Parts: sequence; structure tokens; C-alpha cells
Amino acid sequence: MSARETLAARQISRDDSLVGRSIVRPNIRRHTEGGGHFVDDIKLPRMVHVAFLRSPHAHARIVSIDSNAAARMPGVIHVATGKDIAAISKPYVGVLRHMEGLRSPPQYPMAVDVARWQGEPVVAVVAESRAQAEDAIQRVDVGWEVLPAAVNMEKALDPSEPVIHESYGSNLCYRQIVDTGGVDEAFAQAHLVVEDTVNIGRQTGVPLEPRGLIAAYNAADRELTVYHSYQSAHLMQGTLATCFSMEERQIRVIVPDVGGGFGIKIHTYGDEVAACALAIILNRPVKFIADRFESFQSDIHARDHRVRGKLALDREGNILALEIDDLTGIGPYSMHPRSSSIELLEVVLFTGGNYKHKLYRARGTVVFQNKNCMCQYRGVGHPVAFAAMEHLVDQAALKLGIDPAEMRRRNLISDDAYPYTSPSKTRFEILSHQKCLTQLLKLMEYDDLRKEQAKLRKRGIHYGIGLASFFELTNPSPLIYGMGGARIGTVESCTIRLDAGGQIVVHTAICELGQGAETIVAQIAADAVGVELSSVKVISGVDTLSGPTGSGAWASRQTGTVGEAVLQAGLTLRKNILDVAAVVLQTSEEKLDIINGSVVMKDGKRGGNVSLLELARIAYYRGNELPSTCEPLFMATHQFRIKDYDFVFSNGAAGCLLEVDPETGFIDLLKIWCVDDCGRAINPKLVDEQIRGGMAQGIGPALLEHCIYDDQGQLLTCTMADYLLPMSLDVPDIEVHHVQTLTKTSALGAKGIGEAGASAPPGAIMNAVNDALRPFNAKVTRQPITPEVVLEALGKISQVSSVSRQA
Amino acid sequence: MIEPKEVFDISLTVNGERLTRRVQVRTNLADFLRHDLELTGTHVGCEHGVCGACTVTLNGKIVRSCLMFAVQADNCEVQTIEGLSRSGVIKDLQDAFVQHNGVQCGFCTPGMLAAAHALLQQGPLPSRERIRDFLSGNYCRCTGYQAIVDSVQAAANQRARSSMP
Repeated sequence: MSARETLAARQISRDDSLVGRSIVRPNIRRHTEGGGHFVDDIKLPRMVHVAFLRSPHAHARIVSIDSNAAARMPGVIHVATGKDIAAISKPYVGVLRHMEGLRSPPQYPMAVDVARWQGEPVVAVVAESRAQAEDAIQRVDVGWEVLPAAVNMEKALDPSEPVIHESYGSNLCYRQIVDTGGVDEAFAQAHLVVEDTVNIGRQTGVPLEPRGLIAAYNAADRELTVYHSYQSAHLMQGTLATCFSMEERQIRVIVPDVGGGFGIKIHTYGDEVAACALAIILNRPVKFIADRFESFQSDIHARDHRVRGKLALDREGNILALEIDDLTGIGPYSMHPRSSSIELLEVVLFTGGNYKHKLYRARGTVVFQNKNCMCQYRGVGHPVAFAAMEHLVDQAALKLGIDPAEMRRRNLISDDAYPYTSPSKTRFEILSHQKCLTQLLKLMEYDDLRKEQAKLRKRGIHYGIGLASFFELTNPSPLIYGMGGARIGTVESCTIRLDAGGQIVVHTAICELGQGAETIVAQIAADAVGVELSSVKVISGVDTLSGPTGSGAWASRQTGTVGEAVLQAGLTLRKNILDVAAVVLQTSEEKLDIINGSVVMKDGKRGGNVSLLELARIAYYRGNELPSTCEPLFMATHQFRIKDYDFVFSNGAAGCLLEVDPETGFIDLLKIWCVDDCGRAINPKLVDEQIRGGMAQGIGPALLEHCIYDDQGQLLTCTMADYLLPMSLDVPDIEVHHVQTLTKTSALGAKGIGEAGASAPPGAIMNAVNDALRPFNAKVTRQPITPEVVLEALGKISQVSSVSRQA
Repeated sequence: MIEPKEVFDISLTVNGERLTRRVQVRTNLADFLRHDLELTGTHVGCEHGVCGACTVTLNGKIVRSCLMFAVQADNCEVQTIEGLSRSGVIKDLQDAFVQHNGVQCGFCTPGMLAAAHALLQQGPLPSRERIRDFLSGNYCRCTGYQAIVDSVQAAANQRARSSMP
């Protein structure tokens, strides 16, 4: 360990360190008083409102647009078609260069000539109020030539299906294959082969605050300012610069409070680009706030995977080989800028990545279809991968008569086997699957739970216990997007300073979405320098003009990367402060420490104290008291990126207890436990809350949430009464415990936590339902597991309605 | 069809302040509060009465302001989160939400607090099940609800303790 590393470790693990403590978020009181500042709360002078006419058809040619009547409606200022917007905005392409074969045509902000999903923006109406804009939309007359739609992903590659992008000749978007070799031989020689198909339905993220922005253009200086509910200010800055052929310095993105993101607010949405284009065209501020109906039609959807899986096992239940075939339909375009292939890629690379087998073959296929676009949402592929794998593991355990917990104990990679390279060549630095499983079983009182279950079964009460082991990609290197040509950064920076008022001011590009990101930064900064939390002011990634370049909230990366930049910058500032203090106190820097905002003698001798406030006063106002050789630098900067691994990973194990009513098919989720290892937990309470919130977003799709399309490509779930989200009665108390295995990719040792919670419930819940259904010799493999799905599995109804079966 | 220009004069009390305003008859109460009165603490999450983010108090009862027209609030008394805060009646609930991290992004919080306030007025010491039941019309996408239930329960316990002789 270098001296610097030793100091870093000391500063964040002293008795009085704030890191590791469940500090209450200091800046959330305003939200309890209605003092939040969300984009729809902002009004600018001369601001006007845009509403969009969206395609009512899944696939249709625009023959004509007559907007004369609309233009004469009260309050209407401007009507624009897709062609009008395309005249000032370049199209974008959701392709990453390093993903061989991935293809998607240029996508314009609004449909030009052909609309390819129901909900694609077609005509924009700008009016003095949103209501007037919506009134006018009713008077726009679009002549449509309805085209046959490719809706079902299973059929998308059939020659009989309509091809969405003619020049491609088929609806294939991307294919990914992994093969270690030896898989067929393993299956031929296996004692047992377990095979099944798991279907994970389409879902969406539903941040409670819908997407929205205000774009304001200053024609004189050719500057565009955008107030945006978004997860990365700099990403949008880059995107808009490209669209409008402007320099990035001409675009300022300001992110006010964001009412939930979850991966929904980190993509390029045509309606948002069009609203910015309209601000440029009209030279006045334009506000766009999606209503809930259009959010369901245009916010990215996710999942919608069909995974065929096959496991080869020996007599003792050791997994010998795994094979999967994953299919997903992503809508008509691969989404810009992250592409819509990553979810499938993560299923292909990560399925079975927590188990010991060496032989693996995977085939992944991404197809285009005439539905809303799909892209990365909290968990990205992981919930699919773990639902499929954990299901197979349980099915194998059942066939072999081995307890599911024991099955995992035998097959999960040993904690001492790390660093470990999986059969898909994914490099894992250090994980703790066995330790998490052991702690989980203890936490659940697993053996007692099994006894209780057996007792209740005799009384006709059907409890199910389900387990899922999981891991989560965190803190990515440039491998994931940057090297594919996307302007998605992986470097984070921090500038930290001691100001004249004795306050520590921390600038980062961290994006606060409610996770507590700013609190984490404050805790780390306070420890690094040696001050109290109340002395730290955090300026987060709200403004591209004033903050450092950063990448925002995605891939559970902010704590691990921004946090490390803060720690290192803070240590440098501490050193700079001590240099000046040593001059003032006429001693040497090594003899000094900073405790609670005061420089003190390490040996505790008196007479050597000076507060940071006093040092700041001397440096900023009374420099005459310092010798000319002393040049205070009360400002420090650090940039950090992950270098040694492609990704850092976190991991964990989850269990759930539920009751299935075999008469009604209703599932009552009783309890969830989770043991998570996110490396160093900077604020354990906030880690718990990320797990709980994430798990609610895994419970939803497992049991309730489903974007249902009919066979014409019409979305049937466009309200919150049709798309069912977990309510407070649907989410049980979730008990969270921590294992902390530090990553060595940073001095901070934090791996990340944001998305992990969402990954486990689909697998754990499906296993629990099937555990409950075991006496009936029935099983479910389709999510969401609605009462209908359960009753079908029980043979009580003949077939799940074609609508909810639609994949 | 009602002509969009049709307007109506209403008088109402908002957060203790007597107001007269001319409103379009089709303007819902949430938009009236947010845009006409600039009381932006009332949030709009779905505009069809499911999510509960727009919950305010009308004549002492909680309502979804997105499901009411502003004209229906004529001669009524409305309390928004701004008024509830200023009056101090929910300070303990607010403290508890801060203390237990019942707030993440903050978008559901004003509606959630209005609902929790209504629950605690119904009687002391509601069970966790009762809290979950009562708040089931207020959606939160961030927390998974547990911290919110913890917050409400803590405030209820505190009220019960302080009302003891």
C-alpha cells in the first residue's frame, strides 16, 4: 500500500468517520415542504407549450398532413411535421461500433414518411398552453396508408412477416454467440438434462415525474439552454450538439430535481429533440412535459425476452454445462445512444456467471418489431438472466431431490476463487456468492421456514420459498459504450475547495435522482478533508456550464467512480491545507492532522490548533501574514476512471416467502430477504433503500407490470389503471443485510448498488411460486405471474388469454 | 362540446388565503394550483387519479386535485403541501420522513404526506398493515414503501407518546 492509499483507508475508517454511517440526507426537507424544483415547476418569459400527434398505427405510411385547421385554433403558434424538424435536426443512429453486426437505420426525431410504432411522434403543435396545443392536435388531418405490422418477436424473422426497414431484407438487428466448445459432449454424457423456456414480459420504468424539458434559444449568441429531467446533463449536451450541428459549448443543459429516472431518462427521445428544435425555430422557450398516456407509448420499454435454457448435471447435482437461446424484440429502432442490444448482450454474457461450470453456449437474437422502442432500464438484462438460470437450477434440484439451497451451495463459485473469468470471458474481480448465500439462509431461518411450510401444506396452505443468487455490473470502463463511439463518459471528476467562509465546496457531476448521491459525496468529502458534514456544500451535476464533465446516473456507477474522485481530491486538499497550517503553526505537515474542521497536533499537544476558517481567513484576506514562499492552494481536482477491469461487479443473494391460493391463483408476497455485497457501504441506510426500491421494481414485473400489445401493435396498457405498479400493499417489508468485500479498483472500495435490487425478485419469486405449486405438479415460466398464469399452470383454466400471452 | 374559452369566476380559500380567480371551466384543480397560483408542491404524475401525487386537502378531506375541476373548488377551503407545512400541523410527519428516508426523489412526497396526515387524524397508532392500506392510493416508485411506512409509524408513535398524560 502506498502512503496515499494508507491515508485514504485511514480517513474513511476512523472511529469518527462519516463513511460507513447511516447519515440522514441533509437536503431532503424541502421535498417534504413542497419545495422541490422539478422541470414543470419552471416558467420562463414567453414560454410556449408543445404537444404531439402520435401515430395511431403500429406501421403506416404518412400520405398527407393537413394542419391548416389546427393552425387556426386559438393559441396555436406553430405546427411542425417530422420533415420540418428533420430540416434542422440530423438523425441519430443507435449503433455501437464495437458490437459487430449491430444495425439500425438513422432515426429522425419525428416520423418522416413512415411511422413505425404506435406512439411515434408525427406532428408537433406549439401553443400558448398545453391544453390549446392538445385541442389543435384534434384538428390535424393525417392521411394514413396502414401497413402490415411485425408485432410478434417470435415471428419477426419469418419470411412472411413485413420487413420494417426494407434495405435490411429482414428484421434482424443483432446476433451474439458465445461458445466455449464441449457443450454437446457434456449434454450427451450428463446424468440429467433440464430444459425449459422462460418468458419475461415487456415492462417500463414509470418514473412518477414524467419525462420533460424546457428548451430556450438565444438566437443572437446561438446558444441553446435546456432544463431537462434527465440522468446525465452532459450526455444530452453531446446529443443535442450532434443533432443541431452545434458546438457543445453552445449548449447548456441544466438538470433540476428529477422525479425518478431508473434508466428511463437517459436515452434520446424524438419528442425531446423536437421540442429543442422548435425552440430554435421559434426563438422562444418551449416546454414539453409528457403526459402519462404518452409516457407509456414513448418512454423506453424493457425486458421482453424469451430464454430457452438447458442445464447438464452429474449425479451429485454439479452443473456441467449451460446452454441458452435468448430472443428479444426491441421495437423498430435500436435506441440512441446506448443501443438496444445491451440488454440481450448482458443476458448472453451473464447467465450462469455465478456458477462454477466451465462449458457454456449462448445464442442471442435481437429483432425489430412495430412496437415502442426498448432499451436499458434498471437491471438491464440481469433480471432476465437470473430468472432463467435460477429457474433451471431449481428445476434441476427438484429432479435430483436436492434442496435448492444445497444445490446453490454446491454450484456457486467459491469466494476464494476470485479473480475469476467466466465461460463468457467476463472477468470478475472479487465476489462473495457463498458468503451471501450462507448469511441469507441464516437470516431467513431457512430450515425452520421449510418445516413451517411442510406443516402448513398439510393444512392446505401453500407457502413457497424461493432463492436467487445474483450479481450486478457496476462502474463500467469505456468498454461498454465509449469505445463503440457513443459520447457516454466513464471518467468522473471532482474539484474541491476550502472557501473563505471555512466551508468545503465540492463540485462533481454526480446526478441526484433521490438515491442520496449528494449525501454520499458529502460524507466522503468530509472524511477526506477532516471536517464535519455541516461544513460541506455539494454542487452536483446540475449544470453543464458550471460543473465538471461527468456521465451521470447509470450502471450503478456514481458512488464508485465519483466517490473515488471526491476522496482523492479531498485528500489532496487536506494536504494543501496542512502545508499552509504547518507554516502558520511553525511545525511540519507530518505532525498535523485535521479533526472536525481544525488543524491539530497529531500527538495531542496543545498550542497547535488552528481552524480551517482561520486558515481560510489568513489565506484569502491576510496573505501578508504568510511568508512569500508560502502559496496556499485551497483547491484540488481529481479525475478517476476504472482501469484494471472492464466492469466492477457487486453481488448478493435473495430469498422470498409467498403464499399461493390455488383456487384463485392469487399470490401473497409475505417477506423478502436480501444479503448484498456492494463493497464498501458508504451509507448503509441508503444502500438498504436502494435495494428495497430496486426490489420493488423487480417485484412489479414478476407479478404485475406488463406492457400488453394486441396483434395489431396497439398498446393496451396506457394508463396506470391498466399497467399495474406495485402499491404499498404489494411490497412486503424487505430485510437487508450487508457483506462488504471491497474492490481494489479504487481506494474507496465501493462497488455500486443502484440496480442490484431489481435483479433478484423475478428469479426468487418465480422459484417461490413453483415451490408452492410443487404438490400440484405444476409450474409457471411466464412473467408477470398473474393469477391467470397460475391458474393455467394448475390446469384450472385452459389457456391464458391471447392478449396477455402476447410476448 | 364546451368551448375552451368558457370561464368562470371562483372564490376559495387556499392555505388560509381568500382568493378570487377567473378560471377556464376545464382547468383541473391541480393545474389551477400549480400554474395559476404557482403552488408547485402539488405534483402531477398521471392526471387520471391513480398515482396520488396531486393529493391535497379540500374542506378537510383528501382529494385528487387532478380529478376535480377548479370550479368545483368554488367556496371551498384547500390546503396544499405549502399550507400544511406553514401551519406546522405535519411537522412531526415531515421530520419522520427526513429521519427515516421516506423521501427519495421527492415527487410523491407532498401527496404522500397529505395522505399520511389524513390517516393520523383518523386515530392513533395505525398498524403497518393499516398504513399500507391507507397509502395504497399513493404511488412511490423509488422507496419500495417500507421507509414511508416506517416514517408514518414513527410519527404516529411519537404522537401517541406525547399525548400520554
